[in-house]
Amino acid sequence: MKGSQAIIKSLTDEGVDVVFGYPGGVLLPLYDVIYDSDLKHILVRHEQCAAHAADGYARASGKVGVCIGTSGPGATNLVTGIATAYMDSAPIVALAGQVGTSLIGNDAFQEVDTIGITMPISKHSYQAMESSEIPQMIRSSFYIARTGRPGPVVVDLPKDVQEGELDYPENITIDLPGYKPTKKGHPLQVKKAAELILKSIKPVILAGGGVIHSDSSEELQHLSEMIGAPVTTSLMGKGCFPEDHSLSLGMLGMHGRKASNMMVDECDCLIAVGCRFSDRTTGDVNKFAPNAKIIHIDVDPAEIGKNVAVNVPIVGDAKIILSHLLRIISQTKGINNHDWTDYVRTFRASCMPRLSFDDTPLKPQQVIKEISEAVTDDTIVTTDVGQNQMWMAHYFTSRNPRKFLSSGGLGTMGFGFPAAMGAKVAMPDNDVVAVCGDGGFLMVCQDLATVKEYDIPVVVCVLDNRYLGMVAQWQKLFYDERISQTKLNAMPDFVKLAEAFGVNAYRVERPGEMKETLQEALNSGEPTLIDVMIDPDEILPMVPPGCGLTEIVGEYKVERENPDEIPYRPSAQETGGD
Amino acid sequence: MDEQRSHIISALVLHRPGVLQRVAGLFTRRGFNIDSITVGPSEQDEMARMTIISQGDDKILEQIIKQLNKIIEVIKVRDLDAEGTVIRELCLIKTHATSERSRSEIIQYANIFRGRIVDAGPENLTLEITGTPEKIDALIDLLRGFGIKEISRTGPTAISRGSKTI
Repeated sequence: MKGSQAIIKSLTDEGVDVVFGYPGGVLLPLYDVIYDSDLKHILVRHEQCAAHAADGYARASGKVGVCIGTSGPGATNLVTGIATAYMDSAPIVALAGQVGTSLIGNDAFQEVDTIGITMPISKHSYQAMESSEIPQMIRSSFYIARTGRPGPVVVDLPKDVQEGELDYPENITIDLPGYKPTKKGHPLQVKKAAELILKSIKPVILAGGGVIHSDSSEELQHLSEMIGAPVTTSLMGKGCFPEDHSLSLGMLGMHGRKASNMMVDECDCLIAVGCRFSDRTTGDVNKFAPNAKIIHIDVDPAEIGKNVAVNVPIVGDAKIILSHLLRIISQTKGINNHDWTDYVRTFRASCMPRLSFDDTPLKPQQVIKEISEAVTDDTIVTTDVGQNQMWMAHYFTSRNPRKFLSSGGLGTMGFGFPAAMGAKVAMPDNDVVAVCGDGGFLMVCQDLATVKEYDIPVVVCVLDNRYLGMVAQWQKLFYDERISQTKLNAMPDFVKLAEAFGVNAYRVERPGEMKETLQEALNSGEPTLIDVMIDPDEILPMVPPGCGLTEIVGEYKVERENPDEIPYRPSAQETGGD
Repeated sequence: MDEQRSHIISALVLHRPGVLQRVAGLFTRRGFNIDSITVGPSEQDEMARMTIISQGDDKILEQIIKQLNKIIEVIKVRDLDAEGTVIRELCLIKTHATSERSRSEIIQYANIFRGRIVDAGPENLTLEITGTPEKIDALIDLLRGFGIKEISRTGPTAISRGSKTI
């Protein structure tokens, strides 16, 4: 068969049912095979959206997402999406066309060094120089993308390699002598971690995206309940622990919940699972969890000790390690820390953020409260980047893994909408809602054509304040309110914009309308845009860069005006004076 | 441990195009210092051995090794301790050598350093020397007086003493 046929056969053999792509000159051989293949191809309107859609597909389903772009500009347009997936460990395979092998290096038309460009932002990359290499390369790409710490793999496919003949092998063996991810944690380290937990009085669990990738939410919840440890998450971990659970603290970090930041500051044992201690999560690392011994469970050994010094590192798959920890701890008396959990619960109740506001223009809190009321546990929400993202992270109650998708590491504006598109394609039975800002949505609005053409019924809520809100927030807080280039003066009428694409659209301006409109949109089963006019002056309290997690600036509006007195403060004796 | 030290890192890698780029790129990207890097075929087919000399404290060294290990084409990485390791570098030095006297002096120095004259012209001599980087530095210092026209050094390569391998 031809190389192009081998590509499609390899994808099909990997169980790929859909690809997001955009054709081009050097991809003509591949697209000629796609023409009569059973593989579903979704033609996006910009390659960046193909990569984000593959990413959203992967995050929502746990399967490897596939995107395709042509050589040169097609490949460079994929770059942002590949980097986004890399930072958040999302398994995607990006297929890029390349000029013919005889032209490589000649600055041929639409030639770019895709491998060189994507090297720092991909888990691995391959360039096929012979058609016969294709089956094994694609098999290996999927294996690398989904195993260990997941990530994007790039396959560069020159035109003549797509055209060349090969014998498709019956058996493909993966031969990667330099790639053997550790799965089982070192038993001695697990034992040490268990001992540390059993000695602790004030344990806190910090859960990251690794809990979701390793499918270990259940184990995490068992551990939390068994040892009475409240759970905070990073942005990537949001949803891995039900946020309405009495032991949930919400998100940690720069824009985290006050309860999370304060309890991490106070805990004596921090059990970090599948998180990488990003600067947005830790604040000033020298002031991070100052009283705690830290256990760090991660599948990537390079994350251990990279940002934060830890006491007990355990490298391996979180699910296996947590199960092992549970076995050890369940054979002991466990720990008695009711005082701590009571204290945490009371403290948490004292600083639950206020969500209800009657104001017009709408407060984002109220909007998000109404979104929460309109969706179910099965709804997948995606966010864009900026204030919309942090408001969602802060105020939205997420209860299940793979239901809150956001660009955490790279912070890619324009992620929310195409990721929602990918998520909906992966999980057609789940409702999918994208919460975006007006700035980020405008960067990818052309893909309204895609959701219309393929009838992908996502609902896009544009939180419209005519500002690049997050940067404007920093300018207000740290740059003397000098609003430099963050006011979006000329913006389209988003309702008309959507309608121009043939997509239903509504505008929401007053309290109560959001819930109703969103429910209606979800029930319609059609792609819909909701333009939500929000208060441009609302900011989210935050920890300034370079500060410790407890140094929150801005007014933290709480649900209760007069919080109950906090009944419990552990004495020095109880903490062991260590 | 914040002490900046020189580390000798030996890595066994798949002998494929792009591996050197991956390794070198990693050092630049992560802000790791790189003094020298040498690469050549190893005892195993399809494998190459890289010797990297890098500066940094223990924490940086640990990150370098872990990050190197993450590269799919890197098979094994080891930090070689300077005392238990044989380190050698090859250097070619082209000097001015016009007078009889300077020519014989240069030849004598070459002999003292167990170097060899590998090329001679009416106005120049070219020496070959192998040894530790310090020994090569010492010879270069001695030859400066004659006028050095060109130096080409390989950068150090290394192998651990005794029977252990990486």
